[in-house]
Amino acid sequence: MQAFPPRRTTSTITSLELRGITKRFPGVIANDTVNLSVHGGEIHALLGENGAGKSTLMKILYGLYQPDAGEVRINDQPVTISSPQDAIARGIGMIHQHFMLVPSLTVAENIALGLRSSRGLRLDLDRVSAEVQRLAELYGLRVDPKASIWQLSVGEQQRVEILKALYRGAELLVLDEPTAVITPQEVDDLFAMLRQMRTEGRALIFISHKLREVIALSDRVSVLRDGRLVGTFATAGKSRSDLARLMVGREVVAARADNSHPTEHAGSVALELHGISAQSDRNTPALHGVTLQVRAGEILGLAGVSGNGQRELAEVIAGLRPTSAGTIKLAGKELMGNPAERANAGISYIPEERMRDGAVLEFSVAENLILRNHTEAPFARGPLLDRSAVDQAGRDLIQRFNIKTPGPHTPLKSLSGGNIQKVIMARELSREPAVLVAAQPTRGVDIGATAAIHQLLIELRQRGGAILLISEDLDEILALADRIAVIHAGNIAAILPHAEATPERLGLLMAGVASEVT
Amino acid sequence: MEQLFTLTTLTGILHSTIRLATPYLFASLGETISQRSGVLNLGVEGQMLMGAFAAFFVVVTTGSLLGGVVAAIFVGALLGLLMALVSVSFRAEQGISGIGMYLLGLGLSSLLFRLTLGSVQSVRGFAELALPGLSSIPVLGPALFKHSLLVYVAFALVPLVAYLLNRTTWGLNIRAVGDNPQAADTLGVPVIAIRYATVTVGGAMAAMGGASLSISAVNIFQENMTGGIGFIAVALVYFGGWRPVGVMLGILLFSLVSALQIWLQLVGIGIPSDLAVMLPYILTIIALALAPQRTGQPAALTRPFNRGMV
Repeated sequence: MQAFPPRRTTSTITSLELRGITKRFPGVIANDTVNLSVHGGEIHALLGENGAGKSTLMKILYGLYQPDAGEVRINDQPVTISSPQDAIARGIGMIHQHFMLVPSLTVAENIALGLRSSRGLRLDLDRVSAEVQRLAELYGLRVDPKASIWQLSVGEQQRVEILKALYRGAELLVLDEPTAVITPQEVDDLFAMLRQMRTEGRALIFISHKLREVIALSDRVSVLRDGRLVGTFATAGKSRSDLARLMVGREVVAARADNSHPTEHAGSVALELHGISAQSDRNTPALHGVTLQVRAGEILGLAGVSGNGQRELAEVIAGLRPTSAGTIKLAGKELMGNPAERANAGISYIPEERMRDGAVLEFSVAENLILRNHTEAPFARGPLLDRSAVDQAGRDLIQRFNIKTPGPHTPLKSLSGGNIQKVIMARELSREPAVLVAAQPTRGVDIGATAAIHQLLIELRQRGGAILLISEDLDEILALADRIAVIHAGNIAAILPHAEATPERLGLLMAGVASEVT
Repeated sequence: MEQLFTLTTLTGILHSTIRLATPYLFASLGETISQRSGVLNLGVEGQMLMGAFAAFFVVVTTGSLLGGVVAAIFVGALLGLLMALVSVSFRAEQGISGIGMYLLGLGLSSLLFRLTLGSVQSVRGFAELALPGLSSIPVLGPALFKHSLLVYVAFALVPLVAYLLNRTTWGLNIRAVGDNPQAADTLGVPVIAIRYATVTVGGAMAAMGGASLSISAVNIFQENMTGGIGFIAVALVYFGGWRPVGVMLGILLFSLVSALQIWLQLVGIGIPSDLAVMLPYILTIIALALAPQRTGQPAALTRPFNRGMV
């Protein structure tokens, strides 16, 4: 255990070297003889697709996994890091993608956790709070030490994570996808702080798959693909397409690039929400009188920071969550009934938690593809399932939607995340829905499948479908949506045409700073 | 009818309430510590029976009350360690491993009793200890301050456990491990060691609850003498919202109804005795059903910890 209050025991980390790191899991090699070298005063980006091995490598650095081969060297000395405790003692701090905070505890308690108290067994939270306050001012990380974590916004929770590492005297900070969940303004603040730390001589490893951010922030970039290091490059002089090619291993054709925004082609109102209110799972109000319209042949993007009512809104439309007020109309007719009835009326839904709510992982690909229609001809003959009809439909859709699977009988769970999402898209789109609600359709999906999914959404719009695209990825919203609604704290803060939506303006709306509803 | 309910009766009912609460306090407070770290120990009943037997056996054979207490704590800690091995290290389903612990304690205590002592006998247990001054307060004095040592110890544990959980670094570790063990692990908190410690302490406290029956309250040992106290003790942890004071209040309510029920039977009010005996249990079920929506439940309760798996 480290002493308290923290001494700056950890001498400066001038260099960190990972040499020949190999880590195998049953059936996969997550890291294959990876070499990485990072020095103090540098922001080093670690770039790669999901499953490329970034997180595994960092978990090894932080002592959460033990490598099967290879060594870690700090300041040219080989070190063994067998637990997070070792990592902390050596001055390594980590901001995990899924925050490692205890929601029921206060900020100060979370920071004091695992440290020795100056008063022996008794907690000394006042002293922790004072030190937290000092660090917070130094780095502009405003946060109330006495607040409980569950009361904080996601951005504030991230600040607590950073404070936790700084409090422990981190000289090398690993940030795992730190921008995934915060607003553009918060990203700016974060980047400013990281640059400040760089000038102090700290080493920073920035994990991301967002090319724009890697180029904006990092000095050097190491690219991982399929568990191997493709190379380490000076960021200056690399373009986004250079990096994308290195990351994917081939040319990537982005569907979004040639997407025009023909709002004028939009047709009649397909989906209309009026004054919708609903409760969250914890029975607290989640939506406050949401009113919006989606027209046939348009994509309405719903932007917002996670947890502002997006999930509840999608579930209300799909019929999975009761409303406490308001009406929903589909093509002018009030939409009622259970999810199956709504689906038959023309609503399709791609849920955010696709593994849990969108598919049955144990079932085969073909079975998942007919899940919506299995009680109808040609799949059902009375109470019996017609296996050959199921297989036939499965093969058709696999081919039509370019799903990479050994065959229709393969269990869904053995497919990649991107292909599982394609199965769900195929099932929902093959019904030619009048309205598609797509919640975070490309989250955690590789670049290739993301492009394919975007293409499918654009094609549906071209065919006259109305699409509500819910996404926390502003780039995705800006690339696809014809109009953009911003949700904050269960209210629609504004609805902007694409031409008027800039990241800055959307960011302010997402943060609740400005409301433009008239 | 008025004559039936006198001040003496009131003193008597309150005295019974305090006495009846004692085994629950030991067991529930131990279970609170264990559950706050995320481990549900459903085997409390079995650990109580083993504690009751161990204490009774040592007092019968040596006459030493201190020896009895030490024996109960030792046996309880050992069973707690076994429970931790199964639930924490082997990551067993905690509802099932608890039932196993209960059956083990029930069977083993009965078997050992028959093999060693064989017949019902009584011991000279902890004597009543009237606190000078306090016990002469009218009505309340004799009800609250004329009890055996273990009763005072049980009540003293309430603020002690509350202080441990809320004001110490150990308590912070326990609460963190029960809510988000992954987060605690990344800060170097030894998750497994802490869970071992809490389940072991919980076992020792459950065994003390058993001993408070066999060498303090009734001074005999009988097969299955706890008769469900250990299970009610687990329910009362939920009822008390995982907070020591809340748990104590739940226990006092439950014990008060139990004491009233005994009094009703003694004075012979026309309620069938079977129905009267059921009263406290019915009350528990109703109270649990009406209790607020499990606020305070440790988020990782019953979830085994495995480093690196989120």
